[in-house]
Amino acid sequence: MTDLPTSLARRGFLIGGAAVGAGALLAGCTSNEPPAAQANGGANVAAGQGDNAKAGKMVTIGFSAPAADHGWIAAITKNAKAQAEKFKADVTLKATEGTNDASQQIAQVETLINQKVDVLVILPMDGKQLTSVGQSAMDKGIPVINLDRIFDTPLAYRTWIGGDNYRMGVNAGAYIAAEMKKKGISNPVIGEIAGIDSLPLTQDRSRGFKDALAKAGFAVGPRQAAEFTVETGEKATANLLQAAPKLDALWNHDDDQGIGVMAAISAANRKEFIMVGGAGSRNMIDKIKADSDVIKATVLYSPSMSSSAIALARLLGQAKGMGDLAEHEIPALITTYSAVVTKENAAQYADVAFDS
Amino acid sequence: MPERPAPRAKQGLGVDLRLASLFGVLVLLILIGWITSPDNFLTGSNLDTILRLAAPSGVVAVGMTFVIISGGIDLSVGSVVGLASVWMTTLATQSYGPFVMVVTGLLVGLGAGLVNGLLIAYGRMVPFIATLAMYISARGLAEYLSNKQTQVVRDQDFLAFFRGEFLGVPTLVWILVIVVAAGWVLLNRTTFGRRTFAVGGNPEATRLAGINVKRHIAFVYGFAGLLAGITAVMLAARTTAGSSTNGMFYELDAIAAVVIGGTALTGGRGTMVGTLIGVLIFTLITNIFVQNNLPTEVQNIAKGAIIVIAVLLQFRTNKARANT
Repeated sequence: MTDLPTSLARRGFLIGGAAVGAGALLAGCTSNEPPAAQANGGANVAAGQGDNAKAGKMVTIGFSAPAADHGWIAAITKNAKAQAEKFKADVTLKATEGTNDASQQIAQVETLINQKVDVLVILPMDGKQLTSVGQSAMDKGIPVINLDRIFDTPLAYRTWIGGDNYRMGVNAGAYIAAEMKKKGISNPVIGEIAGIDSLPLTQDRSRGFKDALAKAGFAVGPRQAAEFTVETGEKATANLLQAAPKLDALWNHDDDQGIGVMAAISAANRKEFIMVGGAGSRNMIDKIKADSDVIKATVLYSPSMSSSAIALARLLGQAKGMGDLAEHEIPALITTYSAVVTKENAAQYADVAFDS
Repeated sequence: MPERPAPRAKQGLGVDLRLASLFGVLVLLILIGWITSPDNFLTGSNLDTILRLAAPSGVVAVGMTFVIISGGIDLSVGSVVGLASVWMTTLATQSYGPFVMVVTGLLVGLGAGLVNGLLIAYGRMVPFIATLAMYISARGLAEYLSNKQTQVVRDQDFLAFFRGEFLGVPTLVWILVIVVAAGWVLLNRTTFGRRTFAVGGNPEATRLAGINVKRHIAFVYGFAGLLAGITAVMLAARTTAGSSTNGMFYELDAIAAVVIGGTALTGGRGTMVGTLIGVLIFTLITNIFVQNNLPTEVQNIAKGAIIVIAVLLQFRTNKARANT
């Protein structure tokens, strides 16, 4: 070391020290542990009713869903696990690692079939591409519960349970129309921030929204598509607000991107309109409850459908029906309802809210 | 790396012509916006919106200008923005307050950039591959740290400062102005800038001239990473959240803006002002389309067309210069 000029050695030492210090500082900044644990880890679960509450024969449920790349899918997986935990007396859950590669999901479902699970719950990455594997499970006598993204043929599922994108749009439109009438606005400017326009779900939502507004004699004004991310939501909204100096109402399809939408609204300092969200994130439901922002309602597309799918799978495995129905069997199609959450009923829906 | 003539210290009329034609495109777009949306386009608040939207991508593009002039490419900046935005908004980071949040964002960006630089300069990796690896893994790490959830910024001081204004101009726009000005000075008035041109123009000659080419390349990528960190801070303020999806496709937008701005992908030549105009052109196109309530897909067609036209124009002006 004595060969080195001391200034150089000192500089190396300082830079090295700074790098180590920065590394230590950064390493301490990676934790995301919430301050207090929520009940059920924030998931909402169903309780068995009547005779169905009693533990029955053991059911092994195989579960496969896409990678949790946003809050909603993350909640789907979380809810499925929480629901299985709730029924742990008679349910074993075999959940595969989420993947966004359809061929890998096919392989995972095939593995579950080979493990001879009693019932399968599948939220396919792409309904069309997973149809054949769903059908082969059914052919082998394993009932499949198809969650949300629907298979190409009813032969591939025993029961489908999912959300209703069209009605989401209808209910958002109907709520906005009613609010406009209540305020006596006869010719309102109604904006729309959609999700990814090329997806059928976005098209369904927009169609429902348009139809409901048309029924009230209103039309969609400025409309932009974002991409379900906070950043794209912010960009689309910042531009849209400039194009529409005065708005009466705004529907944003998705509460994940809604964080960005709200950021753009507050940056533009606009409060003259009411905003309605979509899906039902905890963030938005909290804001609706507080009633201090432009957001007044959100239409649900709740990941609680995943809890229901596990509950249905259990009943299917035990060959039970649904308590209140006259049918002996579980129905083949179940569509969840896109309820409108407002300040008045926000508390009641707090349990289905998900972390975006 | 093909042999290229060393850059001239004073750049000739060709550059001015190119900048003039770029400026013409900008003015043309403003005219189109004004004509198609006479009431809402040329307003103070719309100008404000356009500049605030341009600010984060502009800062990334400044770093990209240096990287491309040095003869490289950085595909990772968008992912690094995502990683830095997640890291600076974890609950742990936020618990230390706004200063640590900002420093974390900058350090993560700088660190990722230096890793790129070290891999390229000392690991002898091709920039495309090294930064492609960072592009993939930084986004992955961002998803891992955030658990793919959106991390809302709770710190009101942070939001108040970066979402606020100073002398009537949004803080984000000040940051853009400072970064572009600093980038211009660094590129055109310092040894660092001259070395960047030299390294991109002819690395072998530069090495023979006694310049530590490897160290310089490492610094250039570190600088680009640092600017990605600054962008992450700006995005966290703008969206009020950190997310692994922040900064998606920023590398492509930045490369497009730099190329539109007249910087040669082969290195050794380029301008900071051109890059800034490139960024503004992109932001303006989006704004004009939204003003006219046109869907996103049409915007993308227009953006692609603009890239082609800009590059063809430059090709012609280059040839004209070569013939004189």
